[in-house]
Parts: sequence; structure tokens; C-alpha cells
Amino acid sequence: MSAQPFLIAAAALFSMGIYGILVRRNAVMVLLSIELILNAVNINFVVFNQMLSDVLLNGQIFAIFVITIAAAEVGIGLAIVLMLFRNRQTANINEFDLMKW
Amino acid sequence: MEAIDIFSYFLLLGLLLAGARVVTTSNVIHAAVALVFTLTITAVIFLLLAAEFVGLVIVMVYIGAVIVLFLFGIMITRAPLGENAELDNDKNKTIALLISFSIFGIFSYILLNTFDRQINITEGTSTEILGQILLSRFVYPFEIVSFVLLAALIGGITIARKDNALVDEDQV
Amino acid sequence: MVVNYNINLLAEAKASYTDGGIFAEFAWIIVVLPFLAALLITFFGKNLPLKGAEIALGSVFFIFLYSCILFYLNITKGVASEFFVNVGSIGSFQIEFGWVVDGLSIMMYFVVGTVSLLVFIYAINYMEGEIRYTFFFTSLTLFAGSMLVLVSAPTLLQLLIGWELVGVCSYLLIGHYWEEKENSSAAMKAFITNKVADVGLMIGIIILALTTGTLRISEILYQATHDYEAIKSVAYIAGILIFIGAMGKSAQFPLHVWLPDAMAGPTPVSALMHAATMVTAGVYLLGRLFPFYQGIAHEALDVVLIFGVITLFSAGLIAIVQDDLKKVLAYSTVSQLGYMVTAMGSGAYTAGLFHLWTHAFFKALLFLGAGSVIHAVHTNNMSEMGGLRKEMPRTFMTFIIGTVALAGLPPLAGFFSKDEILASLNHEGHNFFFIIAVAGAFITAFYMTRAVLLTFYGEYRGHGHPHESDSMMTTPLMVLAFFAAVAGWVNIPGIYTGFTKWVTTRKNGIIEHHPESFDYFALFSGLFAGLAGIGLAYYIYQVISNPENGDEKIKFQPVWRVLENKYYLDDFYFKYIVDPIKITFAKSVDKFNTEILDRFINNFGNVASFLGRIVYDKLDQGGIDKALNLTSTGTDTLGSKVKLIQTGKTQQYIMYFLTGVIVISVLVLLVL
Repeated sequence: MSAQPFLIAAAALFSMGIYGILVRRNAVMVLLSIELILNAVNINFVVFNQMLSDVLLNGQIFAIFVITIAAAEVGIGLAIVLMLFRNRQTANINEFDLMKW
Repeated sequence: MEAIDIFSYFLLLGLLLAGARVVTTSNVIHAAVALVFTLTITAVIFLLLAAEFVGLVIVMVYIGAVIVLFLFGIMITRAPLGENAELDNDKNKTIALLISFSIFGIFSYILLNTFDRQINITEGTSTEILGQILLSRFVYPFEIVSFVLLAALIGGITIARKDNALVDEDQV
Repeated sequence: MVVNYNINLLAEAKASYTDGGIFAEFAWIIVVLPFLAALLITFFGKNLPLKGAEIALGSVFFIFLYSCILFYLNITKGVASEFFVNVGSIGSFQIEFGWVVDGLSIMMYFVVGTVSLLVFIYAINYMEGEIRYTFFFTSLTLFAGSMLVLVSAPTLLQLLIGWELVGVCSYLLIGHYWEEKENSSAAMKAFITNKVADVGLMIGIIILALTTGTLRISEILYQATHDYEAIKSVAYIAGILIFIGAMGKSAQFPLHVWLPDAMAGPTPVSALMHAATMVTAGVYLLGRLFPFYQGIAHEALDVVLIFGVITLFSAGLIAIVQDDLKKVLAYSTVSQLGYMVTAMGSGAYTAGLFHLWTHAFFKALLFLGAGSVIHAVHTNNMSEMGGLRKEMPRTFMTFIIGTVALAGLPPLAGFFSKDEILASLNHEGHNFFFIIAVAGAFITAFYMTRAVLLTFYGEYRGHGHPHESDSMMTTPLMVLAFFAAVAGWVNIPGIYTGFTKWVTTRKNGIIEHHPESFDYFALFSGLFAGLAGIGLAYYIYQVISNPENGDEKIKFQPVWRVLENKYYLDDFYFKYIVDPIKITFAKSVDKFNTEILDRFINNFGNVASFLGRIVYDKLDQGGIDKALNLTSTGTDTLGSKVKLIQTGKTQQYIMYFLTGVIVISVLVLLVL
């Protein structure tokens, strides 16, 4: 089968994830969109692996690492969001603009 | 056009729809569930692409742990459940659409021009070989990733630990 | 005109003389001393007991003594020498100063010394309590020094310097009471009239100097008497021009107008300057240059003669109508100066100088006497005097002596000198002028007697309490009266003509007719005229009328009015000379100065300030400052606009970042 549909689909997921980061107001939703991006990247890796018939399975192993890191990152991210929520009683990222001029 | 191509098209369509649902729905729970669907279909695609281990890892780690974590996060941060029209930053929509479409265009342009190969799957991926490669060639990244996980674990606990001075009785 | 002039005779004529020895050598002291004294008076005068008068008196006394010594030397041995001091040169002319010690100069020294001494003594008392007492004596001493510079001048340059110095001192002294406008105007009139005449003098001197190549008087006279071609060609014109200078100083018609007005000065000044010394400078000049006039310039003497005669007659007539005593004496002085100039013009060198000699004494006497009277009654006008012979006997006696001397009655001084003038006129054959001179003598006697009668006879018409003056004032009067009496006895023709010998003792000889005895025709004509004048005046003012109303008898209009207005000469001068210059010329020059020159200069200032303002406003404030301010405010504004990028919203940051990524990747794609 042709690899292109998979790649295009991954690219589409990637851009949907970008859209989600830029648009979503809730911090958790932003994290969700980040997961989408990472997932799109994973698809790309695996497709490239199979496309190139890599003997060393670089793509798949890297996909495993990406998943692992994604999990760690989600954990930390949600912890931070938790703390923000504790301090500000809100998860709206528009409220967190103390770093402005 | 083989049957597997058509099947993969259906899968990809479902993937895209689910992904669209993640970023456009105004219901938070629906977004999380849509992400589940996206990840599931991703796992199926992996299985289709004879990358069984990665697919199973996605199911176990991503759907099993990360989504649960997300749901917990949603619940803890009292995200407004149900339909909520205020979930999107309306101001950013147009630019975000522009940006995302541009990125999609660039990526697809590159991908279409560069990669035009066929995927030839003869056999499934041997988990044994994957394990061997993982612990021989990629042993350093493997160990470091485990450290990262450890740091994330400790860090998460440290960040979210309840400080006695700031205790709010309603919080967990 | 000198009928018998012979140029060769002129060259050979010389009186015997010596060089004067040590006294002549140090004669410069009497010239320099007054200036030194003036300096001392200026600095120390105010603190001295007599307020500086003692220094002046001391210096004049020294001059008097020294001049007596020189006079004695001239009488016994004859002195004729001159000394020069060279101070430089201009082109080919040597600038020299010095002093002449010969008969003519010694005679002048003696006159100046004697009259100055007596006037100074008189002035100490007369000017007591007056304003600027010390400065008065400074000016008087300066004047004495200037006169001595003039009469001791061996070069035309020094003569000119002395001439001008005397003019300046005259200005200072006439305008002594300058708080009154008329006094300062009188001083100005004297100075300017003299200055007008000095133009002629200067041009004459320049002509003489250029044609002879030297400024030394003795050398010019030598060239004149030895018939040098160069000087011969300009002799007539130079002679006329120099005489014009003499006209100014010696108040000949029509440049006499300053002398009556100069009576505004204090009386000692009038006595010293306008009787004895300054006004005689013109006559002295003619005398000094007489070999020149007698020889190659003898045609110029005709002009001299005519002006002299006009002067003596016209001034005498004006004196009749005067009410101011000093003005009578002033016009009398003008008239007598006319006599001296007439004498010179007819070639009678000795007669002119002799009249100068005698006139100095009796005119100074008359002026000092008038001063004594004026000091007592505090008015100059004879209409407020009268009957003063009882209150002021000594003044009266000396005044009578002066009057008789002036009228020319023997044995007083004026008789001998006037007679000599008349004799020379007769001898030279100027019959018409002779008649006029005799008429002049008649007029002289008339107006002087009138003045005496109005002042000393009749009833006192004034409001004061006149009394005799102090001895310090009357003693000089008596000394001068003595001189007025005996001064004429030094030149009696046929008996003793010492004066002639004295004044002709000079380096360049004088040729003139020396009468062996009296010219009886002239003698009796003059005598008769004098007696007739006295008699007529006495008749009118004492017999048929009294001094108060006497004028009515002789007030023949319109002659009286013309005389009162001084032949309308002053009006003429003012209308046609002074006013045009003052009103049109001076005003236009002033206008030019203010509007054009000043405006031109002001414009520089205006332009500069205008440019400065522009530079300040536009360039400095508007340009440079604005630019600098713009830098800071611009940065500020820019910063305040740019800082709005930092909103603190993460999503916007991501948007910026992604936009950058897209742009770069598009660029990379396009390039590659």
C-alpha cells in the first residue's frame, strides 16, 4: 500500500493539534491537543519504519520513546495545572498572563 | 487497489474525524473520549502496519494511563462539564486556522514530493528483536528515559503536593 | 607806498648789534616758565593761600625782570641773535623751535612782561571771590606763555603755534563766565573769527615755506631782501594772505566783530589781551615780516593801508554811540589798531611799533580804570554811572591821564606816537588818508571825553554805593599812568630817537624814512583835532546839556541807528554765513549721520540679532533639540507600542512562533 495517505493523515492530525493548542481555552484541553501532535508524530515514525523496511526498527523504538516521554510530560503538565488551579481557582489559560509587560 | 488500502482509508478517515472532534468539541469529556478514539485507531493502524508492539504500547500506556490521567485532571480542575460555549478562544480562531492550514500545506507538500514509496509488509515485527535492539543499541536512551520517568514521577509528586499553609479544605 | 625803496639798500641796512651773550642764550626760560607755572597752578594752586595767584605772579615777575635786563642790554649794546632747536624734519623741511632775541622781540617782551605784571597784581584783587579763581590764573599764565612763544618765534611754524595758542587762551578767558550763554557765544565768536583769518595766514605761510624751502623767518627775509626769483613771484599773494591773518588777530575791518563782544570776559583779561598783547600780534607779525613787505611785497602794503584807514575811522564812529564803557574802550582799541596797521601800510615800521608800545600802556590803564569803576558800581553801562570823580579820585586821575594820552596831547605818550603816524602819512603823500587819520584823531578825542564826562561828571545815576578801589588795584593804575606819561619820550624826533634804534636792531635791516624833526603840519593837525574833539565833547555834555541827556543833541538819525547796529555787519554775518551753515549744512550732516550712518551700523546689529533669533528658534530649538527629543520620545513611543506584544498569553506566543516557522519553511522551500 502506498505510504502517502498515512503521511498526509499524520500531517493533518498534526495541524489539527496545532489548531487545538492555539484555540483551546482550558489548560487540560491544550495538553490534550499536544497529545494529538505526539500521536501524529508516532504514526509518521512507524510509517517511515515500515516504508524503509528498517532492519534496526529505529522508527518503532523511537515511537516507544516518544510515548514514554509523552506520558511523563502529561504527568508533569497535569501536576502544574493542578497547582495553577489551586492558586487561581481557574483553569482558563487566559487568566495566567502575569508575564506581560 | 487492494482491500487493505480501502480499509486503511476508512481507518484514516475515522482518525481524522476523531482528531477533528478533539479540537472542535466544546464538551471536555467528549474531547477526551475523541482522543481515545484517535489513539485506538492509531493502534489499529499500527497493527495494520505490522508494528504490533508499538500499537499495544499505545493501547496500554496512552489509553490506559494517559487518558485516565487526563480525566482525573479534568475532574480535579473542575472543568465545566457538558456543553460549554466558552471553551474556545474565539479571538484566535482565524489565525489558528490559517496557521494550521499553512502547516498542513507545508507538510503535505514536503511529504508528497519526497516520499512516494510503497509499504511492503512481509511479516510482523518480532518483539524479541525489538527487545534486543532496545537493550543493545538503544540502552543509553532506555536508561535515560527511565530516569526521566523517575524525575517526572518525583516532580509530579513534588509539584502537586499539598502545602499545609495553603490548604483548602475542599481540595484533594 | 615806500617811494624810495631800493632793494640794494635793503640788503645792506643793518643796525649794529651784538649777540646778547648769556642772557640771550637763556632767554628760552621766559618762554617756558609760564607753562611750567600754569602746570604748577593746576596741581597745587587750590591749596595755596592766594589760590595759585602767587605762582602766576612770581612767574610774571621773573619775566618782567628778565625782560628788563634784555631791554637794558638792547639799549646799551644792541642785541640781535636767534637760537634754534631741531626736533625733526618733514620731507625737506626742518622742524625747528627756538627763540629770537632782537630789538623787536625785546620790545615785545618788555611790553608783555610789564603789562602782565601790573594786570596780574590788579587781578588778584579784582577777581577775588569770583568763580574759578585758580583756573583764571592758570589761563592768564598760559596766555602770557603763549604770547611769548609767538613773539620769540624764529620760525613760521612756531609763530603759527603761538598764534593758535593765544587764540585758545583768548577763548578760555573770554568765556570765563560761561554760565551765561552770551559769554560763551562771545568766546566762540572770537575763536571762529580768528580761525577764519588764520586760514589766510596758514596759506600764506605755506606759500612762503614752499617757495623758499625753509621755515626760518630770517632766511625767508634774507631771500626776500636779496630778490630771489621764487619768492618774488608769490610775494604779493603771500603778503595779502598773511595780512588777512593779521586782520583777524588785530581786529581790522571787517574781522573786528569779535573784539567788542570779547568784553564779556573779566576786565583784567580785556586789559591784558585786548589792549596790550594779543591784538598787537597782528601788528607784530607785520613788523617781523617788514623787510618782506617793504621789499618785494610792497604792493601788498597798499591793501594793508586801505584796511587800516577804514578800520580806524569806522570803529571810532561806533565808539561814539556806545553806552557800555568797556565797549567804548573796545572800539577805541580797534580804531588804534587801525592806526598801527595804517602806519605799517604806509611803510612806517617804527611809527606802527611805537604806537603799539604807547597804546599798550595807556589802553591797559584805561581798561583797568574802567574795571575799577565797574567793580565799584557793578554795572558796565555809563547811563548808570556819573559823578564818580568825588568817590574815586585816584581812578579818576589815572583815567584822565589815559584819556589825554589817547587823545594825543603832549607831553603824554599818545601824542608822540600818533604824530609820527600822521607824519609818515604826510611824508608819503597819502593826503586823503592823512585827512581821514586826522578826523580819526578828532573822533577819538570826542568819544573818550564823552566817556569821561558820562562816567565821572554829573550826578550819580546808579543805585549802588561806589567807593574807591583797593590799593592793590589802584597801584597798577598809577604805575601805568606813569608809563602812559613817559613812554612817548623814547622817540622824540630830532631830540632822542632811541626807540627807533631799538626796534630796528635786527638781523634783517629795515629801510624807512627817519624824520629829523617834527613834521609841524602833521603835529598841529593832530593836536588841533585832539583839542577840538575834547572841546566839542565838553561843550555838548557839560555846557549845553548834562551827561545824562547829552546824547540827544547829537542823535542824528539814521546815522545813529546805523552806528548802533555796528553797520549791520553782525547781522550780515549771521544771516549769510552762520545761519546757512548752521541750519542747512550742519542739520543735513546731522541727519546724514543719524539716519544713514547710524542706521547702517544699527542694521548690522539688527541683522545679527535677527539671524541669532532664527538660529535659536529654527535650528537650535526647532531642529536640533527637536531631533534629540524625537529620538527619546520616539524610542519611548516605539517601546510602548512594541511592549504590547508581550501579553502574557501563551497561545499568542505560540502563534508568533509558528508563524515564524511557516515563513522560514516557505522560504527554505522556495529557495531549495
